[in-house]
Amino acid sequence: MASFWSLWVIILTAVTIVGITWILFANRKREQQPEDKTTGHVYDGIEEYDNPLPAWWFYMFLITIVFGVGYLIVYPGMGNFPGILDWTQVDQHEREVARAEEKYRDMRDRYLALPVEEIAADPKVRKMGMRLFGNNCAQCHGADAKGAYGFPNLTDDDWIYGGDPATIKATLVNGRRAAMPAWGDILGDQGVSEATEYLLALNGRDVDDAKASAGEKHFTTYCAACHGADGTGNPALGAPNLTNGVWLYGGTREQIAHTLRAGRNGVMPAFNESLSEDKIHILTAYVYGLSQ
Amino acid sequence: MSELNSALEHPTYNYKVVRQFAVMTVVWGIVGMLVGVLIAAQLAWPQLNPGVEWLHFGRLRPLHTNAVIFAFGGCALFATSYYIVQRTCQTRLISDKLAAVTFWGWQLVILSAAITLPLGLTSGKEYAELEWPIDVLITLVWVTYAIVFFGTIMKRKVEHIYVANWFLGAFIIAVAILHVINSLAIPVGLTRSYSVFSGTVDAMVQWWYGHNAVGFFLTAGFLGMMYYFVPKQAERPVYSYRLSIVHFWALVAVYIWAGPHHLHYTTLPDWAQSLGMVMSLILLAPSWGGMINGIMTLSGAWHKLRTDPILRFLVVSLSFYGMSTFEGPMMSIKTVNALSHYTDWTIGHVHSGALGWVAMISIGSLYHLFPILFGKERMYSTDLINVHFWMSTIGTVLYIASMWVNGIMQGLMWRAYNQDGTLTYTFVESVAASYPGYLVRVIGGAIFFAGMLVMAYNVYMTSRRDVEVQPAPAAASAA
Repeated sequence: MASFWSLWVIILTAVTIVGITWILFANRKREQQPEDKTTGHVYDGIEEYDNPLPAWWFYMFLITIVFGVGYLIVYPGMGNFPGILDWTQVDQHEREVARAEEKYRDMRDRYLALPVEEIAADPKVRKMGMRLFGNNCAQCHGADAKGAYGFPNLTDDDWIYGGDPATIKATLVNGRRAAMPAWGDILGDQGVSEATEYLLALNGRDVDDAKASAGEKHFTTYCAACHGADGTGNPALGAPNLTNGVWLYGGTREQIAHTLRAGRNGVMPAFNESLSEDKIHILTAYVYGLSQ
Repeated sequence: MSELNSALEHPTYNYKVVRQFAVMTVVWGIVGMLVGVLIAAQLAWPQLNPGVEWLHFGRLRPLHTNAVIFAFGGCALFATSYYIVQRTCQTRLISDKLAAVTFWGWQLVILSAAITLPLGLTSGKEYAELEWPIDVLITLVWVTYAIVFFGTIMKRKVEHIYVANWFLGAFIIAVAILHVINSLAIPVGLTRSYSVFSGTVDAMVQWWYGHNAVGFFLTAGFLGMMYYFVPKQAERPVYSYRLSIVHFWALVAVYIWAGPHHLHYTTLPDWAQSLGMVMSLILLAPSWGGMINGIMTLSGAWHKLRTDPILRFLVVSLSFYGMSTFEGPMMSIKTVNALSHYTDWTIGHVHSGALGWVAMISIGSLYHLFPILFGKERMYSTDLINVHFWMSTIGTVLYIASMWVNGIMQGLMWRAYNQDGTLTYTFVESVAASYPGYLVRVIGGAIFFAGMLVMAYNVYMTSRRDVEVQPAPAAASAA
């Protein structure tokens, strides 16, 4: 803060505190008024006594002022003056975080040293993982981790990016951005409808065979590059398996056609900024354990 | 209405505008509190958020706050300030036309709010959600209000200015400044604008406004109301003139600093947080000055509480005022705030002020006013005032007690952690645990709201010229 504004804050604060203290003392009067003596003012029949300030109230007022002045000497408040404790909220936060780090370091190091597969079934890890999941993941994936429309189920054995511990951890640390392009302009309505029939056929659903075989050509041309020639997907690209009946955005004819026409953009946020390494390790073990 | 108005015209004072605002206070009180009960029910039963977005909690919540603060509270302040300033200055309002402009202008503001807020047109600033064309209209009405009020003070027929008018004057000036500065924005079309402030500065300006909406609109304004109707209803002199001097100047000087306590432990610089906390603590005594002056005015008249439910409304409102102005400074202490912030405790605190203080002092004052405005000896039914009193008190207590319990529980649940350093509860568990409190709140709010319906009936019966007021209860005549 520029020293002008610092001075501005200091002067305004001082004037206010001195001003109210002055008005408090200036109106202090100990002696009791004679009974029923009013100020003589009458407003629409309302008269006023001029009783002295109640002593307890006077002292309460004074104590809060004294406390306030003391607080402004000890803590920051008077412009750029940092207070004699040199306290800041950032310091306080960092101190508390450091204290927690210190306290939980042993346990953290113990779990970090062990591979995910080994700790995944540990009841303590599962309990910690559940709390971390509840506060960080459940908002999208649900408290039971079974997912929702657009958010994958984490309890089955179908993994878009892979379900081994290292991949789960990579997903947590860096997040994921899925990009299914929109094919509506290229395929046209007819093409979308045909490709949809083929995808349904891959999942063993009742389809119009003529349309499905026309759709296979579209699939080979446009879809196989990511989802594979047989449609079983490619975890390296985050291209889901399209043959196992698991549909992130719904498996009805209309929903599949919509995905083809308009594309999809799924986002899994990165947690490396908000969760420490040990917490991500435990969360990895928890999520890994969900499908074991 | 016009026939009624001409029949009730006072030879000296303009009672017409007072009567209009007083009636609309009851109407908007019912509307605003009904919306409040609805959104409280939506929190208890989320299924009550229907498919239509206009009736969704997010749209109705600002409608509720605007309706109860500015429509109900605003009309109550207009009605009583116009009445008080005329009676205590012994002169008519300087202009009946300008007074009428404020009445119709203010109703237009309320109507615009009731349309635009459910449509989702909002500036996003809490308690200042209305878009810029309505903000401009508010400013025009407010300037007119100031002209009428201060103009009337200037041509007063008594030498001194009564303390009620100091508070009402401070309220009118401060609200004008707060409203204009916080609402400064760059318009983009008729229904959208962007605040000229950004980031932390925007937050600070918003809460400088927000807390002083409490300080000057809901405290100073209603203290003005208190300073007239309490001594009038008790028929006793005000307790201490010098106490009113000290607490008036201290209140207006210190309140304006208290806003930063809404932003503890945020990006707001430490020095501003400290000043907000210190000034909030110092505010305790000046706030209590008004309570002492009101309650001590009853010395020698305590027995009247047994028989006069209007006085009961006024005195209990002062008790809630004292309670919430003690609670406020406590909650502004950073260590307490670290627990209470973002919890239902804040909502409970607000309603102990809003229901217990603002609504009950207004209701008591209106029960004093209506018979005068309708040319009757007293309200149609004193028993119904008593019923209303108990409904308001019980409703308020249920509301604030449930929110205290919820708030402290939420604060404790959010900070609880396990031996392994993870949080003990997920957020949603604290929501689930709040459910019983939400139910009690709906019940308390519904009782308070139902009391307003009792009042509306009583006011309607008082206004009818073909209905005689009921005889005063036996106890009253014995006293």
